[in-house]
Amino acid sequence: MARDLEAYLRAELKATPFCPGCGHGILMNLILRAVDGAGIPMEEMLFVSGIGCAAWIPSPHFRGDTLHTLHGRAIPFAAGAKLFNPALRTLVISGDGDLTSIGGNHLIHAARRDTDLTVICANNQIYGMTGGQAASTSPRGTFTATTNRGNPHRPFDLCRLVRAAGASSVARYAVTQPLALMEGIQRALAVEGFSFLEVLSPCPTQFGRRNRFDTPAEMLRSLMERCVTREEAEQMEAEELGDKIVTGEFV
Amino acid sequence: MSTVTVQSLLPSGTHYLSGNEAVSEGALAAGCRYYAGYPITPSSEIMERMADRLDEVGGVFAQMEDEIASICSVIGAVWAGARAMTATSGPGFSLMQEAVGYAALTETPMVIADIQRAGPGTGQATRVASGDHMQARWGSHGDYQVITYSPWSVQEMYDLTVEAFNQADRFRVPVFVMGEEAVGHLREQVEVPPQVTLFQREKRAGAPPFGEAGPDGVPSMPSFGEGQNLLVTGSTHDARGFRRTDDPGAHERLVSRINEKIIRARGRIVRTEAHHLDDARVAVVAYGFTARSALYAVRRLRKEGIRAGLLRLQTVWPFAKEEIRTLGRAMDRILVPEMNRGQIAGEVLKSADCEVVPFGQTNGEIIRPDRIEEQLRRLF
Repeated sequence: MARDLEAYLRAELKATPFCPGCGHGILMNLILRAVDGAGIPMEEMLFVSGIGCAAWIPSPHFRGDTLHTLHGRAIPFAAGAKLFNPALRTLVISGDGDLTSIGGNHLIHAARRDTDLTVICANNQIYGMTGGQAASTSPRGTFTATTNRGNPHRPFDLCRLVRAAGASSVARYAVTQPLALMEGIQRALAVEGFSFLEVLSPCPTQFGRRNRFDTPAEMLRSLMERCVTREEAEQMEAEELGDKIVTGEFV
Repeated sequence: MSTVTVQSLLPSGTHYLSGNEAVSEGALAAGCRYYAGYPITPSSEIMERMADRLDEVGGVFAQMEDEIASICSVIGAVWAGARAMTATSGPGFSLMQEAVGYAALTETPMVIADIQRAGPGTGQATRVASGDHMQARWGSHGDYQVITYSPWSVQEMYDLTVEAFNQADRFRVPVFVMGEEAVGHLREQVEVPPQVTLFQREKRAGAPPFGEAGPDGVPSMPSFGEGQNLLVTGSTHDARGFRRTDDPGAHERLVSRINEKIIRARGRIVRTEAHHLDDARVAVVAYGFTARSALYAVRRLRKEGIRAGLLRLQTVWPFAKEEIRTLGRAMDRILVPEMNRGQIAGEVLKSADCEVVPFGQTNGEIIRPDRIEEQLRRLF
């Protein structure tokens, strides 16, 4: 049972490239469990990613067709493949900087056109691979390699952005909500049209060490404390909501 | 190498088309079934015709949010099995360059039509130039090779677009149809042949898609959805597609192969056309629309018994080094008129032993025959 997903991984690979404590390994695991649970044969899947740590989740690990593209451009590459061969179940997996900053225009236009893609945005709120610079998702006041005095800008609310652009399905989960996240991936894969899933995934190496999270466990604990479901949020006063992160299905 | 001969899509015979329409029809005849683009003068007619015609022939048309998305979606469609293209002009061509390098490194066969306008910058959007040849050759970072065509007529906009698709698939390389505004908007008669011969993409199940070169030095080209577990990446990779980003040998092998497969095949790629060269003392080397003016000027001088000739470059890259070397041995001088500030004159200078005289014009207009005639007279 513990090794039943090995059939989904390329046999040549013995380890992932992720740092200790990175959330992307959990996400990788849950994506494959979702594909397995949905009963989708890997021959029908196409995994497309951009540039950055999260782009390495499918490429080269997944034993299926994978397309590792340019920084920011995973969505248009995926759109071309999907439009030409609609039989390809096309799943884009990339990071927040890749999909929502350099690739932000592609994201909103694919949502507007409702292109039949599923997009998983692994949001670690920072540029991890390049050394921890501020991202369009870094919370105001956080410390990064380019905001030594605290980030002066507010971050995107990605789910509101993609919802406003017209996506068929929009949801947010954290890697600390594994079962809900796996079910969310399965629901997104079943959607006809553009489905978007924001996944909060901690980056202890670049974000945590600059923002007073001394261990990966502290980052995970913080995510568990801050994430509330939509149903829970509805019962909370504005003050109580504070810096909580609302998770669940938004469209 | 396997080919298949199919019926032309347009009825065979004479058609009256603009150059841009001819690019679209040539692409469709060559089996192009995916087009993605973004509006830009003076190339937009290619996209408009593809929007209509792809619908008729069961292909896919996508108007994207910008030129970057356009070329990236074309690459995605190619790996999904399509013959695919995009078209653009100066500023859009600049935006596409990163993806051109991606296509070169991943050996993605695709066609890009660049209908050149006066630059740099926004320049003169509706005016002609031929200033993108060095960009086509060197526009993306790193070392790679491309194939470029320089059509001088509407007929060649059709014929060379067909050839561009064939050579792209044969060598797994991005290929450019470097039209100029003047030929893009020119209307002329085009003879459409009854049939067209198409190169078939090599597919050998299980063969490494990025190594173990085939007869042309080109690996097998599988598509997504064929159960091949394809691993495509724009990072340095081995024959199976695994990233090798810290292996000096892997990088050297890959960069060498994507360059050498084109350099070794130069003889099967380069196309030139000789006019009045047999007894000529001074030759014009010209390409694209400028070659029309050059031929007119050469014929005027010939009527007076002046021994001028023309070597027309139908391909600009890879460069016709051997042909220019041979020409240089036979001529006293070579004149290179072009709608830029000497981009190709410099290449001619590298290969020709005789005197090479550049004649650049960058005023947004075609080079008139009388200006070439005047330049030629000075060289006798």
